[in-house]
Amino acid sequence: MTAPINIGEHPGLVDPSDPDGDRPGPVLEVDQVSKVYPSEPPVTALRNVSFRVARGELVGIVGPSGSGKTSLLQLMGTLDRPSAGRVRIAGLDVERLSDREVAALRATQIGFVFQQFFLAEHQSALDNVADGLLYAGVVQAERRARALDALRLVGLAERPHARPNQLSGGQRQRVAIARALVGSPAIVFADEPTGNLDQATGRAVLGLFEELHRMGVTIVIITHDREIAGRLGRRIELLDGQIVLDSAEISGGSASPVQGVPGHGECTNS
Amino acid sequence: MTTAELEVRKLRPSDLVRLATVGLRTRKLRAGLSAIGIAIGVAAIVAVLGLSSSASAGLLNEISALGTNLLVVQNGQTFSGQPAELPVAASAMIGRIDAVTAAQQTGLVTGNVYRSPLIPTIDSNALSIEAASPGLLRTVGTRVAEGSYLNAATAQEPVVVLGAATAQRLGIDRVFSGERIWLDNQWFYVAGILAPAVLAPNIDSSALVGFPAAERYLGFDGHPSTIYVRAQTASVDAVDNLLGATADPENPNEVDVSQPSAALVARADAQGAFDGLFLGLGAVALLVGAVGVANIMIISVLERRSEIGLRRALGATRGHIRVQFLVEAVLLAFVGGTIGVGAGALSTAVYANTKHELVVIPAIAWGGGIGAAVLIGAVAGLWPALRAARMSPTQALWSM
Repeated sequence: MTAPINIGEHPGLVDPSDPDGDRPGPVLEVDQVSKVYPSEPPVTALRNVSFRVARGELVGIVGPSGSGKTSLLQLMGTLDRPSAGRVRIAGLDVERLSDREVAALRATQIGFVFQQFFLAEHQSALDNVADGLLYAGVVQAERRARALDALRLVGLAERPHARPNQLSGGQRQRVAIARALVGSPAIVFADEPTGNLDQATGRAVLGLFEELHRMGVTIVIITHDREIAGRLGRRIELLDGQIVLDSAEISGGSASPVQGVPGHGECTNS
Repeated sequence: MTTAELEVRKLRPSDLVRLATVGLRTRKLRAGLSAIGIAIGVAAIVAVLGLSSSASAGLLNEISALGTNLLVVQNGQTFSGQPAELPVAASAMIGRIDAVTAAQQTGLVTGNVYRSPLIPTIDSNALSIEAASPGLLRTVGTRVAEGSYLNAATAQEPVVVLGAATAQRLGIDRVFSGERIWLDNQWFYVAGILAPAVLAPNIDSSALVGFPAAERYLGFDGHPSTIYVRAQTASVDAVDNLLGATADPENPNEVDVSQPSAALVARADAQGAFDGLFLGLGAVALLVGAVGVANIMIISVLERRSEIGLRRALGATRGHIRVQFLVEAVLLAFVGGTIGVGAGALSTAVYANTKHELVVIPAIAWGGGIGAAVLIGAVAGLWPALRAARMSPTQALWSM
């Protein structure tokens, strides 16, 4: 497992524009967002979805397949634009940004972790992680130095030069997580991060996310697995493109950034 | 966070090269095969231009070694179509022109040349007998290959010097003492054999005798038929204009004046006559290579959807993706072009060496070859690169 790390030693985790983390306003704001795919007949993937994610939260978005999870991830991650409503990242309205500005937003403010890892097989773990900074205008030497820090953070500092095919599934996902973290983004989105891993490994990766959460990283995990979602601090349940439950609202409207509220899993199962 | 802080960073050149070589490094065989298409086209173009330049460079070199200041005066035709006669004193008169450094003459003698009297008269081998003046060799730029040339003594006697082709046709390649040939029904002793005279090819197929000997033994009338004139290089044109009137003041229009090096230069130019055809073939090969590069790039874009999607998620703009794939295509073609230039230059060198020619690869061949390859890479890679850039990141990442 990852050794406990003092966050102060890892400037990569601190948003340079807000080093104390005391800036007001949520990191992610989804406001009355709908997504309709133009086909015959049109498919409505999301309907009036609204929620906010505060700095330092660990949020699980859970729902069965077809519930609109992936569409929501694409909209939150600025890879797609909503049909209606607004998405704000770090206070910026994505609607008002050009394609180039949105790309720069992804390069500096957003980290992604995918189910299939998407690592480049021809380069080392270190270079895979360093690629997370490629489009942020960082020189290669610094990219590598920061990539090594990020690898240390996910417990892979001993094998920076291993190729992805020399790593286990869990280690690969750790490399992918390090790549998402290396640019010290405002928010990290993880799409079924344990989907390609066995249970034990999946649990360990989830443990890593929890640890990062304790260090102050804002994380949104998309999953179909209620058990995983139950472990996370806050749970948003999606069904047919609508939010059917937000554990933060039940617990009184304020997000609980550290611990999940016990009992909600059973509540939604009924 | 404000909008002003969202600044798209350009890729550094080193990063761009690293990105653009990902496809080439990870799929070496495929990249190599598609580069070969370009390489063949460029090699063909470089080799065609190189070979023809090498051949004409050899010839032009020979010409400049022989000098471009040789003028040839020949008897033309009279008004009634009969062969005209140059005055006996023509050579001496030309020699008095200021800019003329040498004037030497030959006169056509009627009669045939045989190896021996036993050869049937019909086998004349297209050889002729020429009376030749003593300083002829230096003026036409040739030398004695075997034996010696005519001197003041042998010019009086039945002694002959053979042109290069004459010696070959008579089957004589060495001069023995007492060796003789049958010249217009009498024996003439062979004194020497000449090296080929590039600027005066009719000396090659002649048997040369002295003017006095020709008059005494062969019934020659002493009128020169050809006068070889060396002029100062700067005054060649001026001398050219004077020669007709000087050689035959009475009938200057019955004199033909020519400059043999001009004909050779034309021949050198003619070496490139088939270049167009082969360059066309090279261009077709390049076109095929371009289609290959375009094909490989399209396949590459399809195969690397997830990489493209990931890069977009990591913050790449459409422009970043476009330039990555465009530079990859250009690099692929550049590698092919470089290999092609190498192969073309090598084949030119090998061929020119076997022909003992100079190896000349004009700048337009290798520069143009690489330039054409790069251009082709850019054109062939443009559409795949645009396609990669147009790909939506959600489709690239989630529809696999």
